[in-house]
Amino acid sequence: MSLLKVDGICKSFGGLKAVNDISFEVEEGTIHALIGPNGAGKTTLVNMISGIYSVDVGDIYFNDEKITNVPTHKLVNKHIMRTFQNLEICENMTVMENILLGFNIYMNKNLLKCSFQFESILDDEDKYRHIALSHLKRVGIEEHAYTLCSDLSYGILKKVEIVRALAINPKLLLLDEPVAGLNGTETSEIAEIIKEIAAEGVTILLIEHDMKMIMNISDHITVINFGEKLAEGSPEQISSNPEVIKAYLGEGSLHE
Amino acid sequence: MENKGLFLDRGIITMIIILCVIPFLLQNSFHYEIAIMCMLNAVICIGLNMLVGYTGQISLGHGAFAGLGAYVAVILSTTYEFDPVLSILIASVVLAIMAYFISKPILKLEGHYLAMGTLAVGIIISIILTNEDQLTGGPDGMGVSEFNILGYVFENDIQWYVLSAMFLVFSIWALQNVVHSPFGRILRCIRDSETAAKAIGADVPYYKTYVFVISVVIATVAGSLYSYYTGFISPEESGFMRSIELIVMIVFGGLGRIYGAVIGAIIITALPQFLTFLHDYEHMVFGAIIIFVMIFMPKGIVSIFDVLKYEKKKEIKKANS
Repeated sequence: MSLLKVDGICKSFGGLKAVNDISFEVEEGTIHALIGPNGAGKTTLVNMISGIYSVDVGDIYFNDEKITNVPTHKLVNKHIMRTFQNLEICENMTVMENILLGFNIYMNKNLLKCSFQFESILDDEDKYRHIALSHLKRVGIEEHAYTLCSDLSYGILKKVEIVRALAINPKLLLLDEPVAGLNGTETSEIAEIIKEIAAEGVTILLIEHDMKMIMNISDHITVINFGEKLAEGSPEQISSNPEVIKAYLGEGSLHE
Repeated sequence: MENKGLFLDRGIITMIIILCVIPFLLQNSFHYEIAIMCMLNAVICIGLNMLVGYTGQISLGHGAFAGLGAYVAVILSTTYEFDPVLSILIASVVLAIMAYFISKPILKLEGHYLAMGTLAVGIIISIILTNEDQLTGGPDGMGVSEFNILGYVFENDIQWYVLSAMFLVFSIWALQNVVHSPFGRILRCIRDSETAAKAIGADVPYYKTYVFVISVVIATVAGSLYSYYTGFISPEESGFMRSIELIVMIVFGGLGRIYGAVIGAIIITALPQFLTFLHDYEHMVFGAIIIFVMIFMPKGIVSIFDVLKYEKKKEIKKANS
């Protein structure tokens, strides 16, 4: 059964058709990659799925439930979570606080209880701090748990964002360029993390430019160009598809 | 249920000790007035800091809200002879409802536009208070009935000092708890990145409105208490300059810092009194001090403590290596 179904969605910004009639399905438990040249409309697509942009035409279904134009903060309750291409991290907070934000939907936020520090609030805090630490250990950045985010490198913050997304216990995780701007070591680390997450049954929709990583870890690829779907298939099919090679990689071949 | 929250940290204990010592240094009624004014301003600033410093939503209308709240309370108790505490409660509810409806459209604005929007609301309130003279006494202001809590009349400075000090300590303590709670974390997240706040499932407009209303209610209570204390109220206290003064206090002290708001309020309130010996040059020196602090400590007065902490850490590192 497909977990996420995008059915003919369109989005225009003024005269520009950023996304034009794109449909695809993401199977449960797979890593589905979304690729395309710069400006193809990948991020716009993810922004629509995650409710940041409104959808002009078409529908999006999650588990057969229509989620078109559901505001972002409500999607979290359905366990759809995303990361951002340009980090959306709270810079003036510690890594731990950022991760705890990920547990937001599970925590009691009653202002009265918070201001009088009821025991239940403090117990929650302890409990989630513990879970957060184990998540951080898993991606190998637990030594930075109490460092301010503004003091950390880009690579670590990318991981922080992924961990924050994991905190919510997502069923569908939208990763918008998780390794953009990272070096080789960091890239392979994050690829490992993504594989691990997927192995645990989290469905992943991955946008990325790093072709090596895409071909390595994804189960299924959708290619879009100029806002339209160009091709779809397994990594092998895509890498040998002449249309894709022409549009995306130029006149050369992937295996140069 | 056991309440671990009664735990007091070093900051609060220091604050309580200072507040206990200060009365011994105050020699006359005028000194008390300044001290009480400092403390009540500090309370308003704590609320405003929650909105501006922690949530990142500027308001240039809080002076007007504090003034309007005070007027509502004072008119109820003076003209209509309500119980003062009840009047403050009613004023808080009225202002909360008003803030709620104002915040709905206005908090959709961001940055400079929000500043202008709140400024406009503040000016409107101030004009209404000045012109509705059969209700508010107009530009001349009005006298205020005496204040009592369940029949216990507040008539001397010490009583007012204790009341304000308790109010201040409670506000600091509560804000401190909130800031490090899940609620406060969301506020800080909204300040740093609204997109992130949405992505983790926070209803951003809801939190903005919530904080706006809370800060207006705090301003109302502190504003009303101040009017009861001085026994007089005039529209001047709700004017444009008053709103600016409040913003200056929190920026001067340190945005998004609990003691920043407190220290800023105290310095900006009390400093002009210490500078009176300069006569004509008073305002010039006052302005120069603010400018110098902002140039050398752009993060506010409290950033001194950060520097001291950092130096200490460096020393420890040096000693270890």
